[in-house]
Amino acid sequence: MTAVEQVQNVLLKVEKVTIRFGGLTAVSNLDLQIGGNELVGLIGPNGAGKTTVFNLITGVYQPAEGEILFDGRSVVGSKPYRITARGIARTFQNIRLFSSLTVFDNVRTVFHLHLRGDIRHALWRGRAFHDEEESIAGRVMELLEIFHLEKLRDAPAKSLSYGDQRRLEIVRALAAQPKLLLLDEPAAGMNANEKTDLMRLIQFIKDRFKISVLLVEHDMQVVMGICERIVVLDYGVKIAEGKPDEVRRDPKVIQAYLGD
Amino acid sequence: MRFRHAKLVLLAALGLSLLVSLAADRIDPYVLFVLYNIGIYIILAVSLNLINGYTGQFSLGHAGFMAVGGYTAAVITNQFGALNPFASGVLFFGALLAGGLLAAVVGLLVGLPTLRLKGDYLAIVTLGFGEIIRVIFQNMDLVGGARGLSVMHGYTNFFWTYGMVAVTVYVVLTLVHSTYGRGFIAVRDDEIAAEAMGINTTKYKVTAFVVGAFFAGIAGGLYAHSTQFLTPGGFNFMQSIAIVVMVILGGMGNTPGVILAAILLTLLPEGLRWVAGVEHLPGIAKMHPLGWIGDTRMIIYSLLLIVLMLTRPQGLFTWRRKIAEAAP
Amino acid sequence: MIEFLQQLINGLALGSILALIAIGYTMVYGILRFINFAHGDIFMLGAFSGFYLAPKIAAFLPTPSVGAGLVVMGISMAICAVIGVIIERLAYRPLRRSPKLTMLITAIGVSLFLEYTGQFVFGAAPKKFPDLIPVYPLTHIGGLNINSNQVVVFGVTLLLLLALRFVTLKTKIGTAMRALSFNPEAAALMGINTDVVISFTFALGSALAAAAGILYAVSYPAIDPLMGILPGLKAFVAAVLGGIGNLPGAALGGIIIGVTETLVSGYISSTYRDAIAFGVLILILLIKPSGLMGKKEVEKV
Repeated sequence: MTAVEQVQNVLLKVEKVTIRFGGLTAVSNLDLQIGGNELVGLIGPNGAGKTTVFNLITGVYQPAEGEILFDGRSVVGSKPYRITARGIARTFQNIRLFSSLTVFDNVRTVFHLHLRGDIRHALWRGRAFHDEEESIAGRVMELLEIFHLEKLRDAPAKSLSYGDQRRLEIVRALAAQPKLLLLDEPAAGMNANEKTDLMRLIQFIKDRFKISVLLVEHDMQVVMGICERIVVLDYGVKIAEGKPDEVRRDPKVIQAYLGD
Repeated sequence: MRFRHAKLVLLAALGLSLLVSLAADRIDPYVLFVLYNIGIYIILAVSLNLINGYTGQFSLGHAGFMAVGGYTAAVITNQFGALNPFASGVLFFGALLAGGLLAAVVGLLVGLPTLRLKGDYLAIVTLGFGEIIRVIFQNMDLVGGARGLSVMHGYTNFFWTYGMVAVTVYVVLTLVHSTYGRGFIAVRDDEIAAEAMGINTTKYKVTAFVVGAFFAGIAGGLYAHSTQFLTPGGFNFMQSIAIVVMVILGGMGNTPGVILAAILLTLLPEGLRWVAGVEHLPGIAKMHPLGWIGDTRMIIYSLLLIVLMLTRPQGLFTWRRKIAEAAP
Repeated sequence: MIEFLQQLINGLALGSILALIAIGYTMVYGILRFINFAHGDIFMLGAFSGFYLAPKIAAFLPTPSVGAGLVVMGISMAICAVIGVIIERLAYRPLRRSPKLTMLITAIGVSLFLEYTGQFVFGAAPKKFPDLIPVYPLTHIGGLNINSNQVVVFGVTLLLLLALRFVTLKTKIGTAMRALSFNPEAAALMGINTDVVISFTFALGSALAAAAGILYAVSYPAIDPLMGILPGLKAFVAAVLGGIGNLPGAALGGIIIGVTETLVSGYISSTYRDAIAFGVLILILLIKPSGLMGKKEVEKV
């Protein structure tokens, strides 16, 4: 196991986390750290527990043992929507857009996180309400424009092409103004060109919004291409960690993928 | 949809209903009765649409909330009624409100335990709650139990009915068409994603139940003071299903469609009676050989449901393929 | 003590009937993940089939007699099996790929249709079910009233359940049913004709519901077109109690609900009788939604 580099200003700290489902230990004694403005990849063969790690970080599952700290405070026991409010947003392995809403509304919905008004304002429809809705509409369009989705703003989300849907899901996550973005296999089902665009997109997001990204991905080209650091999981256990080159040559990693 | 002039439209609607109300003695009482029914069912359907249509919580117990509102308002006016016209107006408003609030509390009690349930289970449990409420009223001497409750004052009039219709539609539409309100639809479309995007799904579901129940309670109060006789049997799950049919026919999450459906389905028995040539006076139906028309209403409803689901599950009145409107 | 035994026996009889209906719900849910709202109305149709058949059979067989009872029950079961298959074919099969909600609403529609058409055709007023089988009082010891009806109900139910067990465990189609309940796609890939198996499941469930209808009508001879609503709902609760999708669970659930309802009705209050099943339902769904014998289904995120 290569030496774990000291992570600068730790944003997310997963400490000795274990979770079991019935008789199966999905994740075992996992240590994982992500610093500010880092692009980290999480890879491993199928069933290694990668999505489970996402679900643990976002509060969908609770760890049986261990601790998860975000920005210094524990997220364990918090409901997913609270964790999102604290600055972690995600996309899903199988795209989960709000299918009956438009592209615009998919992003707009997330802005309710930043609403200063509440249900009373929506009912009263006073000055404050209209001003805030105006401001939100502006910010939604800004985001859509950055990612070239503004022309599709009124299209129902389910009518978008696969690639556009994936992009929309990422934009929607960004609307939450996260400090940490979790991407679950964003390159799935993409061709070579789309993957190159995706790589550029993720890099762009990291640079432009100054956030950290934790990427789960099967496509080695994508992972090796953009990740600064890679963590390798196999059967729920971390078997390697380090820079792309180090990990690529690690015999344990090679064996896990080629397997017996 | 920003509805910039929503409040003005609401005020105009209230003013209009007041005007019609004042001229009400020029209208045939039976026509008025039907109009009240239409208004009451619009409120029921639109409020159910918030729970079922927009938030995707398939509730089959809406009649229970109606019962709570109806009985509460009736008991209050029976107790404190027979005052001068102005005071009785205030009393009626208070009674309706009390009915609505109590129904809202019941909505909270029903909504909370059902949160973890989905689809079929949710439907059956809400049906169960509706039945439990009915059974409770059936055993409650205060409201006459199975024998029924006579409502002494027929306070319902055009103003109250359509004023409440306006308020209900206003609340549901303004609620849903706001950034806050998009959350309801998000919960319906994908609860897990909604939760991941920072939406407190519990709060939204409960809010939908509470608001929906409140207006169902108001409708119940209006119903009580229109028919002037309540029986627990009138709030059974057939009643709930009648309202559900309106929501499905209109298109889940399509308020204008649901309003149209409510109007149509309330007029259906009247239309059938007209076709059969039966004279329609409240409480007196001249039996024509085609007196079976009333019984076939449910057969038609049920066939309608089946055919609708097989051919056009999105509802009859969903013209646009997408359900949610885009913001301006 | 005698009182308790009496209620217990009544409860077991009621519970047996509920068990038969509950099994139909659970079988259909097991393979289609769908609650057939109209199932309770098949129970009603079974009773009415018996009602119209009995006089016709009386022309050939002495009535009341065991023979007459068996023949009537058999034919009613067959009739309802066919009805069940027709309903599935016309109303449910086209919607198999649709969202669950659509199927639920359709099922509600079918249920209402059966009930109200029943009222139209049979008339809404209750009818007296003919004396089909001979009733022998069995004991009167110290006020304990058992007659042969209760024994018959319990016994016939037991036989039917055993027959069902044989079918599901030992026959090819029964095994196919079980395969479908575990994994529909894999079952189809293994060459199982899912349409046939599903039709068979509906036929089986409907036949059992019909049997329940006859047994019920023999014990409580007043029948009417809306009689299936409450037993249907209670049987559904029984299926959930036992663990939806689990056959022995459904039977167990039926017995528990039947006994509980009779005991509570006898000792606490009979006016809240109908609400008890719903109360149980809410409790189970809050405490252990997978039921007594069911397994948890975890949703993959």
